[in-house]
Amino acid sequence: MIDPMEPVLHVEGLSLSYDTPTGEVLALRDVNLTIGKGEIVGLVGESGSGKSTLMQAILQLMASSARVTAGRILFQGRDLVQMGPTGMQALLGDRISVVFQDPMTALNPVLTIGRQMVDIQHRMAGGRSTKRQRAIEMLRRVRIPDPESRMDRYPHEFSGGMRQRIAIAMALMARPALLVADEPTTALDATLEIATINLLRELQKDIGCAILFITHHLGVVAELCDRIDIMYAGELVESGPTIPVFRDPRHPYTQLLFSCDPAQIREATRHLPAIGGNLPDLVDLPEGCIFAPRCPRADDTCRCRRPVDHRAGQSDLVRCHYPEAPRLEIRP
Amino acid sequence: MSSAVETTSRPSRRKQPRSALARLVSDPMGAFGLALIVFTVVAALLADLAPFAPAKINPVDRFSVPSALHWLGTDNLGRDLFSRVLHGARIALAISIGATLLSLVVGLLLGVVAGFGPRWLDSLLLLVMDAMKSVPTVMLALLLITYTGPSLWAVVLVVVLVNGPGYARITRTQVLALRNAEFIEAERALGARFFRIVAFHIMPNILGPLLIMAAMDIPVVVGIEAGLSFLGMGVRPPTPSWGTILFDGFSYIRDSIWMVVAGGLPIVITALGFTFLGEALRDTFDPKLAQR
Amino acid sequence: MTALLEVSGLNVAFPTGGMLTRLRGGASRLDVVAGVDFDLWPGETMALVGESGSGKTTLARAVAGLGGQVGGEIRFDGTALDMKRDGRRLRRDIAFIFQDAVSSLSPRFTVHSLIREPFRIHGLPCPEGEVERLLKLVGLPPEIADRHPHQLSGGQARRVGVARALTLKPRLVIADEPTAGLDVSVQSEVLNLLNTLREELGLALLIITHNLNVVRHVADRMAIMYLGRFVEIGETGAIFAAPRHPYTAALLSANPVIDPAARHTRIDLEGEVPSLVHRPEGCEFHGRCPFVQPDCRTQAPPQTNEGSRRFACHHPLKGNRND
Repeated sequence: MIDPMEPVLHVEGLSLSYDTPTGEVLALRDVNLTIGKGEIVGLVGESGSGKSTLMQAILQLMASSARVTAGRILFQGRDLVQMGPTGMQALLGDRISVVFQDPMTALNPVLTIGRQMVDIQHRMAGGRSTKRQRAIEMLRRVRIPDPESRMDRYPHEFSGGMRQRIAIAMALMARPALLVADEPTTALDATLEIATINLLRELQKDIGCAILFITHHLGVVAELCDRIDIMYAGELVESGPTIPVFRDPRHPYTQLLFSCDPAQIREATRHLPAIGGNLPDLVDLPEGCIFAPRCPRADDTCRCRRPVDHRAGQSDLVRCHYPEAPRLEIRP
Repeated sequence: MSSAVETTSRPSRRKQPRSALARLVSDPMGAFGLALIVFTVVAALLADLAPFAPAKINPVDRFSVPSALHWLGTDNLGRDLFSRVLHGARIALAISIGATLLSLVVGLLLGVVAGFGPRWLDSLLLLVMDAMKSVPTVMLALLLITYTGPSLWAVVLVVVLVNGPGYARITRTQVLALRNAEFIEAERALGARFFRIVAFHIMPNILGPLLIMAAMDIPVVVGIEAGLSFLGMGVRPPTPSWGTILFDGFSYIRDSIWMVVAGGLPIVITALGFTFLGEALRDTFDPKLAQR
Repeated sequence: MTALLEVSGLNVAFPTGGMLTRLRGGASRLDVVAGVDFDLWPGETMALVGESGSGKTTLARAVAGLGGQVGGEIRFDGTALDMKRDGRRLRRDIAFIFQDAVSSLSPRFTVHSLIREPFRIHGLPCPEGEVERLLKLVGLPPEIADRHPHQLSGGQARRVGVARALTLKPRLVIADEPTAGLDVSVQSEVLNLLNTLREELGLALLIITHNLNVVRHVADRMAIMYLGRFVEIGETGAIFAAPRHPYTAALLSANPVIDPAARHTRIDLEGEVPSLVHRPEGCEFHGRCPFVQPDCRTQAPPQTNEGSRRFACHHPLKGNRND
């Protein structure tokens, strides 16, 4: 699956900070993430984990107060951090596409979707009617019924599920090398969610793009993604192939997180397991391991020294001093 | 469950966020604007300490250039321009701030009624306000003052009629936007009644843009007053308003430019001061922008 | 003991279109909730489940007195409710926790003021230290009292919402999608909090959600809604083991799961939820039902009672899901 010779995306030692009135927020610290050609990677983390910040960094769409303080983001070998706005503009929408959580933000409410889908092809060859045909074909691929007439409708005339499919169609029309999907199914009901991830899987097989799928829904990652990356408080703490990591997670946060998943708890229980404690203050970071304050297994080494990335079990990356330690569970 | 060991020995890297006033003053525009306004206010307050009575005529000394005795020179009747300007500051500020505040209140009330009331009332008020806005200020002033006769109150009334609709519109738009906001519904779900919701939950969110608009309007009102006085429809002589000084100054511009300077300079200073302040105020009022 | 809440024949409609639409013969109102009956008992947790457009949020809001033209009868503690007359007093007994936690908090108020609001609104004195006590109850540190809503995380804002809901000691708490947008650990914390409070204060909890994983654990009973009607209602465990209505079965199976084997038994639904303006004939689900039969298209199904369970289907599923 992973082609180590040519990853589509290779984030290396990325650190990013924000300047705020209350101090410097160390939003990302030494993040290492790799996506191979045609791979679907699920990026999981709660709000505050930095997954959105990482996505913004990859797309170079960060707030003006953000600075990359270390590391590189290599897209097909080129460093996006050094690329500058013109370079990025050439890539975005062509080699890198994005699908957002709220399809209304991707779709212009005052233009018909046909118009938008034709406009988006501005880099591609062909006259108006060719582009229109391509758009209709794409709509058919994402199973919008009666695409010829639907082209002349406005976004608000479609349901949420259909809008998301249109957004996916638009993102994939240029056949990008990498699709970044930011919580695309979070706002959808379970039935639509399943239909959407099935669609993504189908299209991905056909187009061969890599997908970075950002979510906090573990079940979706299990169904769709080849690999899973877990973030906590600005750091990537574990990374590996999906099912093996689900079966044998190595980082304490991952282990505890999985044991909190109500879907994975057999017996119905009134009192659900939770990790306890709070996210650390990203301005005033604790010394040592970022998870130590909440880790049941933390010792003095954990509290004083930052852990490095190890390989352990089936995971390619575990940022822990004791990745081989027995698995932690929370008893409900 | 988890061992929460806190290392208290290291000092926190978290800074205290600055207060709104501190932010305002640290912004160069805001500081400058505030300084200019303070200057004008002080001038108005100290008007009684002026070296000469503003109406004291001294024909011998007409059109004198600025000197140690007369800081801004004298006008066509020998009156000390500096003293006249100081007294004029009082009128300018009183009218501009007073009339603006009144327009704000009237506009606010109308806007709330339009935003919350039934659709037909909203449409009616919009119609009336748009009609008023389409009448040029001078014409409106003419119409009104022909009826009431020129005076300070006439000027105030003109200002309210001219500026009120602007505030009403902004208020109405904000009210319409916030009316269905989730937090308003939450307050309703707790049992809050209309007045409480308007006063505590809608007003604070509206006042920001309104006060900024007011700050920007004050120099405009100074201009309106000056203009109306210039046209003889405002303050009557010998009361010194910057507008009348300017008016007289234009008539005698060949004899002395100092009258025009004396009339015009304070208008410019006040306008700049309030405009800068308005821009800086915009940043302080939005709590989210404070994070930047 | 009487039921805390008794709802009979509840329908909620919204006016739609103006004069011109009506002149053209179009619909003038949308029946978002089209006839619902259920009871809620003190100390129980009930889940209202359904997709977007099912009417579950509208139903819950109608019970809390939040809008729409309400028909039918709602009895609270034995007395029939008249929103206009009892509205204000009712707000103290029925508390509503909104889905978007941060937006439901007035942006210029501090957390402290927000929690004191309910007292001030009803002219009640806020006892000394009550705000601190409530913050502690919902697991928030006292420093949070000085923060503004936009400075709170999603989980923190949700807890403030819970604290506000509890200030006036309600008897019924309605939570709209309390787990939306939260990761599994924070979800557990919020649900545990609601559950503990339910036990300690004897509250009834009505949870609106489309997260079935959570329903399985925390709800005593569940009701499944489609196009504004209940298709099935009963004890959670029994429904999960053996759903009777095909829609229930489809929803239960539409869960992205970790175990690959579970995916094969999935029931896929065709199409999307039909529009409320053009309600289907007969059984309103017939257009998407994988087990549809001729009579489903023409006749509305009767209500069937099976013990404490109720469902409306001509050809209910039999047996257990695990077969």
